[in-house]
Amino acid sequence: MRKQRGLSMFVFLVFAFLCIPLLIVTVTAFGEQASIQFPIEGFTFQWFAKVFEISSFMESLILSLQISFFATILALAIGIPAAYALARRQTAKTALLKSFFLSPTIVPGVVVGYALFQFIVVQLELPVYQGLLLGHFLISLPYVIRVVGSSLEQLDFSIEEVAWTLGCTKLAAFIRIIIPNITSGIFASFMLAFINSFNNIPVSQFLSGPGVATLPTILMNYIEYNYDPTVSALSVLLMLGTILLMFLIEKTLGLASVT
Amino acid sequence: MSKKTAYLILTPGIVLLLFFLMLPLVSIIWPTFYDGGLTFNSYLVFFQDSYNLAILFRTIKISLIVTIIGIGFGVPTAYYIANSPKKWRGLLMSLTLFPLLTNSVVRSFAWINILGRNGIINTALLSTGLISEPLTLLYTEFAIIMGSFYLFLPVMIISLVGTFENIDTEIMEAAETLGANRLAAFVKVILPLSIPGIIVGSILVFTGTLTAYTTPQLLGGNRNMMMSTFLYQNAMALGDWQSASVIALIMIVTTLLVMKGFNTVAAKLDKRGEKYA
Repeated sequence: MRKQRGLSMFVFLVFAFLCIPLLIVTVTAFGEQASIQFPIEGFTFQWFAKVFEISSFMESLILSLQISFFATILALAIGIPAAYALARRQTAKTALLKSFFLSPTIVPGVVVGYALFQFIVVQLELPVYQGLLLGHFLISLPYVIRVVGSSLEQLDFSIEEVAWTLGCTKLAAFIRIIIPNITSGIFASFMLAFINSFNNIPVSQFLSGPGVATLPTILMNYIEYNYDPTVSALSVLLMLGTILLMFLIEKTLGLASVT
Repeated sequence: MSKKTAYLILTPGIVLLLFFLMLPLVSIIWPTFYDGGLTFNSYLVFFQDSYNLAILFRTIKISLIVTIIGIGFGVPTAYYIANSPKKWRGLLMSLTLFPLLTNSVVRSFAWINILGRNGIINTALLSTGLISEPLTLLYTEFAIIMGSFYLFLPVMIISLVGTFENIDTEIMEAAETLGANRLAAFVKVILPLSIPGIIVGSILVFTGTLTAYTTPQLLGGNRNMMMSTFLYQNAMALGDWQSASVIALIMIVTTLLVMKGFNTVAAKLDKRGEKYA
């Protein structure tokens, strides 16, 4: 591209805007004062140590990881075969069904959370944990349908037909031919579904109960009453998690494929 | 694949969605229309209260502002990314994706540090002597707009990069050869071709801001409620489930109307009348 100084300057400022707020959070995690200040005085890791001392952070982290993991696995178990059926049989009806499978993205998160709360917790009186799991399954499923679906669309199904001709059963062909050819799509959809489930607030906020709350909701409630660098330190740890995930996606499918 | 096998495979997903998404939705919406007979009373009551209307209009106003500035900042940025060399493009896309994949609590918290009473802006302004009292920046509509813009700018950029990548740069050169200056060529040639991306991005940003919960909760406070925080307050703090369900349906309908609206605008702007989202 030819030189466009004005545009370059503008874009530089946009990226500064995107990066600086998170950089400030990172810096404030290392300050020695008991309240958040910028610029900081001194340098300490004590706030990171404090994150690990607060038991509600640790307990909710474990719950968050569990919920996101199992919800995503459930979404994969149901979503991969569904995406396959939708790709293999493309009619007007299945196109409609595909939008049905993507419908959790159209309903606002707070509405999903509230409806599930009313239905699962109030009417069915199921434990909160089951409610959380189902809520997060609804968050994860569209990512699986979309990402695995686009992997399948790029797949040449004649390789599967060859397997059938050579005497492979349909199930065996699906497991031994189709699945290995879409592993990177499956992996990317796992990562995306996992992080979006992990980061979710509105659904979790409605479906938490005594002793059962995900890390982001605990953090959000903590922020409303406390203003100390522990929050910054935990934020830095969460950002490190994001970086690790982005690195894993880049190494498998490439970040470009998930945007 | 036979029809039977296909539907057999799709059944578990359909059942789960019907039972844990559609049924719960119907079960909260139904009572708002049924009170021994069909009634629209709950909705009449909602729309007659100026407090409720103020929240609805604030929500729509803020979503509109965020979408417009999102287009203003997103279009040039995405155009720049799409036309930069490959190694730069990867870095810039990662920098755009990173905030998007970072928890929204963390992103809102960042703005509390910037806009708060003892935040960076106030500290800086006080120390230079430009102001003598800290400004009230946090817990305002301005704070929600900044927080939401920060939240959704990456979404706008990412929706647009793909569109700009698919536009052949030679048509830009052709326009310039035919005498258009660079800005005119961009506005008259590139921009109309990028309308599909702008529409998709706008729908995502508008509905995202409309339904976001974390940002208005942390940056808006109780005096600047949006529909999502209003729903939460009615359901969980006040226990007024009827009102919460009314708000829920209004949010769903608004979301669908916004999508429909943007698609209609897109069809008007683009004579081919394609559907974009």
